[in-house]
Amino acid sequence: MENKHAPYAEIKGWGVDADPRNEPTYPMKHYTGDDHKRLHYDRPTQQEGDIELLMSIERPSRSAVFGTSVPPSGLSGAIRRLAFKFSESEYGHWLPLLLADRINVVEGIIQDISHGKLPNLIEELGLRGEWTYNRKGLAKRVAITTAVTAGTIALLMWRSSSKKKNKGWRKWLR
Amino acid sequence: MNYRGPYRVRLDRNKPEPEILHPQDAIVRVTRSCICGSDLHLYHGLVPDTRVGTTFGHEFIGVVEELGPDVHNLKVGDQVMVPFNIACGACPFCKQQLFGNCHESNTMATAVGGIFGYSHTAGGYDGGQAEYVRVPYADVGPVVIPANMDPDDAVLLTDVVPTGYQAAEMGGIKPGDTVVVFGAGPIGIMAAKCAWLFGAGRVIVIDHYEYRLEFVRQYAQCEAYNFREMRDPVLTIKKMTGWLGADVCIDAVGCEAAGSALQTITGRKLMLQAGSATALHWAVNSVKKGGIVSVVGVYGPTDNLVPMGNILNKGLTLRANQASVKRLLPKLIEHVQAGRLNPKGIITHRVPLEEVSEAYHIFSSKLDNCIKTVLIPSARA
Repeated sequence: MENKHAPYAEIKGWGVDADPRNEPTYPMKHYTGDDHKRLHYDRPTQQEGDIELLMSIERPSRSAVFGTSVPPSGLSGAIRRLAFKFSESEYGHWLPLLLADRINVVEGIIQDISHGKLPNLIEELGLRGEWTYNRKGLAKRVAITTAVTAGTIALLMWRSSSKKKNKGWRKWLR
Repeated sequence: MNYRGPYRVRLDRNKPEPEILHPQDAIVRVTRSCICGSDLHLYHGLVPDTRVGTTFGHEFIGVVEELGPDVHNLKVGDQVMVPFNIACGACPFCKQQLFGNCHESNTMATAVGGIFGYSHTAGGYDGGQAEYVRVPYADVGPVVIPANMDPDDAVLLTDVVPTGYQAAEMGGIKPGDTVVVFGAGPIGIMAAKCAWLFGAGRVIVIDHYEYRLEFVRQYAQCEAYNFREMRDPVLTIKKMTGWLGADVCIDAVGCEAAGSALQTITGRKLMLQAGSATALHWAVNSVKKGGIVSVVGVYGPTDNLVPMGNILNKGLTLRANQASVKRLLPKLIEHVQAGRLNPKGIITHRVPLEEVSEAYHIFSSKLDNCIKTVLIPSARA
């Protein structure tokens, strides 16, 4: 779509009430009018590099510099590529990215294991800090987790054994 | 530091050291970095496109180790503070001093400029909770630390002080105004302190951690109240301010606010909105008609439940932005040197970088009366 301005100078009364003091962004913004030049400014040198970079579809080209931290890969990467087909205004952009983040966590664990490393959850969760400063809270949390886990296992075992018993009854009734 | 998933970070000794990738890059050896309250949004998995393997950290200072051919304002060996925003200095926004809104530092999103170590939504840069960092546009952002400045003060000038200051600045505070700050974290504490610099007549801070309320009373010489002890914080503030509401309200909490079950469940647990907007909701409803709400708390990129009708009907001015650190640094350095601001006074924990996972847990869980944590790459500091 063409970016064109109306012939505003011909409009009766054009600009008569313009007040440069009516600028609620001051002092954050030192207004120069440069916004009106849109993308016609001297851009910094473009960063080179052939890493895969996902780009917002709300811009025509890469920013002059960009981060190279973790290029997309695996299933999470495929979902991220899909997300970048939508604008930043759409849930189709952000929700798949959140999903990809969760999948990426599992990929990270698989990657660790494939490199012969089991994630040290006690260290990664920083639980030594909990042990040092909130021993009571940690004990409470461990007790609750243990109780819930034990309860769940007991329930599952009871259900599977009662299923077996029911099967026996049904067989006998037939 | 290496992010592995929500609530999981670890030290990574095998990550390759950063390289010069652009003629205006510098490589900085980090001497101090902080864990910011907004790092917790990443740590809790709330920011979309936070990839496993990323290094966080947008508040850091260090020593220039290497320079790209087009950097002329710095030299190797300079001790620099690095603003958290990555800014080109050439785009229309940077030219108008909106250094937090640069258009040439983030390919992945247009709504936010590049930020060190703050997900791919903010550009995919590795951050400063590391030994070395790549710093783009090194002629624009970094500022040489004055010789007489304490490094602990300097590191807080990269985000906390400018953000707190800008929160007060955006409030348009007039002499005698009553200012209510929601949140007694580092930013809220600094916003309360800075409100006095603009001539506030009364500063009230609202939070629910007693140790933080006690701290801010001392540090920022203000009133501080626990919203858990109020049936309705908005009503209490109305009563405290002669029934008209505060002149200025500042949201220094952002997307992980407590205090409303509906906001917490829909924003933080189910993620049906971009975090819990309780503080913003209270700010809008606590400010007077025609008042100003200043927002520096960080929210996600989708939507939030806020009382838009009240913003309209009360004729409010809502002002918000990431702090323009580079714009504010000269003035803030002066305030620190004149003794008007004492940034390092909010540091409660100094931790070797090696203990980063423990440091995150302590900060996130508010253990050991933690307010501000500084990470120190111990081998070199």
